[in-house]
Amino acid sequence: MPGTKEIRAKITSVKSTQKITRAMQMVATSKMRRAQERMRAARPYADKMRSVIANLSAANPDYHSPFLQDRPTVGAIGIIVVSTDRGLAGALNANVFKQTLLLMREWQDKGAAVKLCLIGAKGMTFFRRLDTPIVANVSHLGDRPHVKDLIGTVKVMLDEYSDGTIDRLFLVGSEFVNTMTQRPVVTQLLPVAEPPAEDLQEHWDYIYEPEAAQILDALLMRYIESQVYRAAVENVASEMAARMVAMKAATDNAGKLINEMQLIYNKARQAAITKELAEIVGGAAAV
Amino acid sequence: MAEPHTIQVEVVSAEGEIFSGLATMVFAPASQGDIGVAPRHAPLLSMLKPGEVRVETPAGEELFFFVGGGAIEVQPHRVTVLADTALRAKDLDEAAALAAKQRAEEALKDRSSHISQAEALAELARAAAQLKLIAKLRKVRG
Repeated sequence: MPGTKEIRAKITSVKSTQKITRAMQMVATSKMRRAQERMRAARPYADKMRSVIANLSAANPDYHSPFLQDRPTVGAIGIIVVSTDRGLAGALNANVFKQTLLLMREWQDKGAAVKLCLIGAKGMTFFRRLDTPIVANVSHLGDRPHVKDLIGTVKVMLDEYSDGTIDRLFLVGSEFVNTMTQRPVVTQLLPVAEPPAEDLQEHWDYIYEPEAAQILDALLMRYIESQVYRAAVENVASEMAARMVAMKAATDNAGKLINEMQLIYNKARQAAITKELAEIVGGAAAV
Repeated sequence: MAEPHTIQVEVVSAEGEIFSGLATMVFAPASQGDIGVAPRHAPLLSMLKPGEVRVETPAGEELFFFVGGGAIEVQPHRVTVLADTALRAKDLDEAAALAAKQRAEEALKDRSSHISQAEALAELARAAAQLKLIAKLRKVRG
């Protein structure tokens, strides 16, 4: 029976691959649900923060925080790229990187330098091949990113902005639309877009402790951090959704493959039996 | 709207909502000394020190929340505590920023170090693709 043994070995090997992909699919499904919950949990803080900042800047029209002011000339920009730590998540990271490269090209054409800040190991492996300077990096945040792990990384970029080495700060990450769709999005973090006026319910005449300017800057800093945090959590949800879909496809493919190979195996086995019988019959007839 | 003797309190952090409900009194560690907020308090905005926020509910319960700092916004019928989940101080943040920079530099230095789990998984994907090709070839031949 030439070949049947090899086919059998291949079937076993594909079966074990299928087991792995199926397990990964299930793990991704449950992790995705938890990540979605965390995304939801992060929303009230950002909303509250936005309304406080809106109230505050409306109450202090004469203080112009550097975080809110548009700079007339842009000599350099900073980009925070949120990517995953692991692969096997479809085109998720590739889409984010493509979007980043487009953004980089757009500003480089305008004569602005680009500085990168990378969140996630995949971003590091991709962007270190380029000549673009990478000023900060954090990876292996796990499935539950914490704000405290991001503070330092974000601070590097905020400092660069305050020092004037970058004039604009962007965030590129994946937006979790639904399980099937994740979209790369570019958000401008700095300068912070002024909150729209209709958001304000009333004007409050606050008592400040310490000063309004200090509070505003501290809040803006936290607001930016919370946006980066949200992007990191959303990235986990997107990663899990993408992996779930990719692993489902892989499991299905493995199933098809096993069926095909089983057919080939059966045919080969049957052919061998038929041949043997023919030999026996032929032998008997000769006697 | 809130009852005359209560005030709506929300304690939120970046990682989730911690508390939302009515209270008769709220105490918080403001940056320039602890404050107590009763309903109809004057509008106030203050940073918070690390410490505990105490909420007295209309039912007479006392709830404690630890905050690592943050900010408090007081409006006559609403108190919002924006809590930090992480303890932060200027030099702590500075150290974290430095660490982030170093990580970037180190990662750029050793371009071909250890095989990470990510790479092992990629290896697995490649193996699966190879199997598929072998199967196809077999089909063509057989």
